[in-house]
Amino acid sequence: MSDNIKTVKNATCTFCGCVCDDMELTVDLDAKRITKAKNACVLGRAWFAEHTIQDGPAAMIDGKEVTLEEAIEEAAQVLTSAKFPITYGLSDTTCEAQRQAVAITDFIRGSIDTTTSVCHGPSGLAFQGVGESTMTLGEVKNRADFIMYWGGNPAESHPRHFTRYTVTPKGMFTPNGKKDRTVVLVDVRKTPSTPVADIFLQVKPGKDFELAWAMRALVKGHKVDSSIENETGVSLEVLEDLVQRMKNCNYGVLFMGMGLTMTRGRHFNSGAIMALAADLNEFTHFVAKPVRGHGNVTGADNVVSWQTGYPFGVNFSKGYPRFNPGEFTTVDTLSRCDADAALIIASDPAANFPQAAINHLGSIPVVSFDTKETATSKLAHVAFRTSTYGINTGGTVYRMDDVPITLRPAFESPFPSDEDILTPLRKRVQEIVIGKSKAKGAGAGVTRAASPVK
Amino acid sequence: MSETMLLIPGRSNKQGTSLNKGKLKEEYLEVTSTVEMNEDDMQRLQLEDGDRVRLSNSIGEFTASCKKKKSKDLPEGMIFIAYGPSSSRLMESDTGGSGMPISKNIEVEVEKVAA
Repeated sequence: MSDNIKTVKNATCTFCGCVCDDMELTVDLDAKRITKAKNACVLGRAWFAEHTIQDGPAAMIDGKEVTLEEAIEEAAQVLTSAKFPITYGLSDTTCEAQRQAVAITDFIRGSIDTTTSVCHGPSGLAFQGVGESTMTLGEVKNRADFIMYWGGNPAESHPRHFTRYTVTPKGMFTPNGKKDRTVVLVDVRKTPSTPVADIFLQVKPGKDFELAWAMRALVKGHKVDSSIENETGVSLEVLEDLVQRMKNCNYGVLFMGMGLTMTRGRHFNSGAIMALAADLNEFTHFVAKPVRGHGNVTGADNVVSWQTGYPFGVNFSKGYPRFNPGEFTTVDTLSRCDADAALIIASDPAANFPQAAINHLGSIPVVSFDTKETATSKLAHVAFRTSTYGINTGGTVYRMDDVPITLRPAFESPFPSDEDILTPLRKRVQEIVIGKSKAKGAGAGVTRAASPVK
Repeated sequence: MSETMLLIPGRSNKQGTSLNKGKLKEEYLEVTSTVEMNEDDMQRLQLEDGDRVRLSNSIGEFTASCKKKKSKDLPEGMIFIAYGPSSSRLMESDTGGSGMPISKNIEVEVEKVAA
């Protein structure tokens, strides 16, 4: 370690949707690395320790190093030449960069989608159908005395969720921490989160909707047959006891994991949980919230909603935003071979998508943005290596409860931020689109960004 | 000998920490190509820790090494794997109009791969 050390207090970890903003980072400025991340969980420690500066070009075309200007020009040409360009990813970058990506997609009349579509997109759909009784995590910490996680394993996916907000912290109306709370976990298997729970319900795989619907019936005072145990794996006796506890608590929370959205039932499962929370408000205060994964996936929902009116799966081909999951979401546009160019920002669909989608992604020109080499950056026609948000780059991110947080970067990177590249890319795309429009004649095909951008 | 089982891809600590090192690095690839299986299922399929198994469905297949879990922790007929390139190979591309491919509770055929 060198003598050139600095400490960054109240820094934010952007690894998961908790975006914990109480990090104390020790930074070796000569080595350009974070040597200690006080308060970080196991995932956060790895996040800070492993995001060092690695040698490599900031921009490549077909695997060959080029200048940033050349890469931006090529990316602009690719995106403006396409008939059905798509923009995807965005959950691991700042809101400022996300905003530029929306504007680019608007100019090129493409589709914009975020990793939400393969995360809590179904919860987003359910939210529109059912409504959402919601809260901030600060409220949960201070008020909630009944916590239920359904289809999630926060001990491994969001390790500080328990300790900062839901189980052990002492709150204004929960002064004794865990002793003042009942914690319930619903899952198809025991996980490292299970020991934290006072009550564990092992639901049969694919039976979440049935279980939630039976609970709704019990909340409303309807009779439920004892065959519910054969159907769901949970006995009527256990369910009746649980529902009584829920009705009698002061403030209850239902946290939804991806065990609900990624399985049979998808948005019906999330909708059942949100409806259960709504039903329980007849008796006490109840809220429901998805536990979001990537650092700024909630920001992506917010920015895309704020700029287009919809959270994900948005298409601009008619010159105004249209929302249609299943049609404009990225797994679909790739698997059906609709897309003919892709702008992929801070995500890795070439590793995580179904094979049909990966195959098509490999057959079209891709412009990728990532901090490290990935399967997607390897197949990209134009690949940008960018700095890491929250470590090298400031900006805004949203916590999973829709609370915006300002980042405090630790050290500078030789690589540009996503926003540093997306802004000139947006300007160049705008020039080309307007130039083409003028060439065709006034008014033909002119498009306009959904909100003014700098 | 093969059996039909349910594959549950999910997050794990090791997947999360190795992800930060790099998704093309050996550690991440190893973590995301190791399956956890019920001990009785493994015994029935004559599998030991570290043996290779092939998981397949109508979409695709992959091979992985297997790791024993006690029956109280992982029900019979259920297999856990950390999300990654391997589990994606068995995901159907049809999203049922939702945008979300079914990524958990995937029915798979499981068989031992001869050493």
